[in-house]
Amino acid sequence: MRLNIVVCIKQVPHPEHFHEIKLDPESQTINRRGIPAILNPPDKHALEEALQLKERYGGTITAVSMGPPEASQIMEEAYALGVDRSILLCDPLFAGADTLATARALAIGIQRLGEVDLILCGTHSMDGATGQVGPQLAEILGFPFIGFVRKMEIQERGTVLAERTIERGYLKVEGSLPLVLSVTKEINTPRLPTVIGIMEATQKEIYTWDTKELGIDPALVGIEGSPTRVSGIFERRLSRKGELLQGDPEEVIRKAIKRLRELEALR
Amino acid sequence: MSSKNEIWIWAEQRQERIEPSSIELIEKGKELAELLSSSLAAVYIGGSGERIEELFEYGVPKVYLLHHPELVLYQGGPYSILFSRLVAKYQPQVILMSTTYLGLELAPRVAALTGAGLTAHCVDLFVERHKDGHILVQVVPGWGGNLMVKIVCPERRPQMATVKAGIFEKPQRRPGASGEVVSNPVRLDELDWRVKAIELIEEEEDRSLEEADVIVCGGWGVKGAGVMDDLQKLAETLKGAVAGTRPLVDAGLIAENQMIGISGKTVNPRLFISLGASGASHFTTGFLKSKVIFSIDQNPNAQIFEVSDLGIVGDLKKVLPVLVDELERYMQSRG
Repeated sequence: MRLNIVVCIKQVPHPEHFHEIKLDPESQTINRRGIPAILNPPDKHALEEALQLKERYGGTITAVSMGPPEASQIMEEAYALGVDRSILLCDPLFAGADTLATARALAIGIQRLGEVDLILCGTHSMDGATGQVGPQLAEILGFPFIGFVRKMEIQERGTVLAERTIERGYLKVEGSLPLVLSVTKEINTPRLPTVIGIMEATQKEIYTWDTKELGIDPALVGIEGSPTRVSGIFERRLSRKGELLQGDPEEVIRKAIKRLRELEALR
Repeated sequence: MSSKNEIWIWAEQRQERIEPSSIELIEKGKELAELLSSSLAAVYIGGSGERIEELFEYGVPKVYLLHHPELVLYQGGPYSILFSRLVAKYQPQVILMSTTYLGLELAPRVAALTGAGLTAHCVDLFVERHKDGHILVQVVPGWGGNLMVKIVCPERRPQMATVKAGIFEKPQRRPGASGEVVSNPVRLDELDWRVKAIELIEEEEDRSLEEADVIVCGGWGVKGAGVMDDLQKLAETLKGAVAGTRPLVDAGLIAENQMIGISGKTVNPRLFISLGASGASHFTTGFLKSKVIFSIDQNPNAQIFEVSDLGIVGDLKKVLPVLVDELERYMQSRG
């Protein structure tokens, strides 16, 4: 049983630099200059699962992303990890897409790939954090979907047994290929690329498809095709700032304990 | 009143019991219904619906009921189709679901099937005047909670949102209250069963951190100063739990499930003590709702102090042992 697997990935600003993302008060736009961009960490588990399935059953892995030209960095990283093909859906007309318009573009891109058995996604992107693109992609393609898969097994004839995380437990779920799955971080430990992998990746072609190449009606994607709009952004007000103590440790601690008692924080 | 343009919530059930996170949606739903001159209704999909009175008792006036023994467990394909058909038939203007594992799947599936606009993890919802009437404004945290983003859905209906669990309070329960039930037939052969849930397995969840009264949380500075032992002693003294940030997980000083922040846990204890953490928003977002926040860091300009009720500027190596001693004495004096 050979599997044609697609993995959806995304480039995101590094989560440990999120606090450096500022709002420009004049233009009301986001300034993320100088913030490093990385492969969305949850997507690494989707890539790893694909790599393990290929090792076991054979087949092909295609990484697909929608993003700006700079996202070719993560497409190369996917090559370094061992995917067979990296495709970046890239067009200024894709800008401003909400999750539905993003899922639509990905669906049209994936439909060009021919027969697909399995589409893997991470649970969410660290920046938008909606986790909506995977399930929306499944509905647009007409594929069945299982979310938050923490364990999976493919049996003969393409039957899939999965454990799907819910609060306080899990659901045992059965399905058959083709499927779209989102996988949790519990499912595996992502590998690191090898040196040879990194070197070879630089030689591989990143396929870049724009709306023309895809034959997409621009009204369906980007900001045009998005039912939702950002109507404003504001900084969260952190209004707690309390007393700040400094000086001789003994004295400072005595004051602090007194204050904590006043705040009824000690029992 | 006509059924069109209602405000809907999804009443998620587990073994026919309604999840508390769904009950939390009721007050907000009612408030929006009032502002939009509409009314609230809940959608219940399950095995029998034998306990839907609970929804009436918490103030829901009307329940759309879809039940069949085969729908006791969440069935993604059938639930999505049933819900979407209901949307097409009754045309609600707003649909709210909680951010449970299942709500986070069902909402996008229904949105894709109905073409609705959808936002995730809303922390606030309100109504604004718009050129052709009123519009729902959904506030979602962006980039780890650093910035708040207002999102609207200008044209497409319904406007859908998942609402972060734990944000809104449960309403008062009025035993014996009743309401209207609108039953819709379920025909299994019309539904998509390519994926089927076959069993629900309950697991004990480690909620020691979520339920702790006091949490002592270390950041990078704890590792740097080598005061992990003192941190642990402080937690013991206060009968609290130990937590930390990413650098402490990476250093092997705490486990992954003790990590606080955007990629870890969200907590709101009576007392949260932060030691040697600078206070980046991807971390502070995990404990902002704590009752009292007390921080120690050596940098007087550290962002952590902006979110603290009480702060000490100082070297952890000097301050922490004194704090442990003094608190031990204080706790003993209290018996």
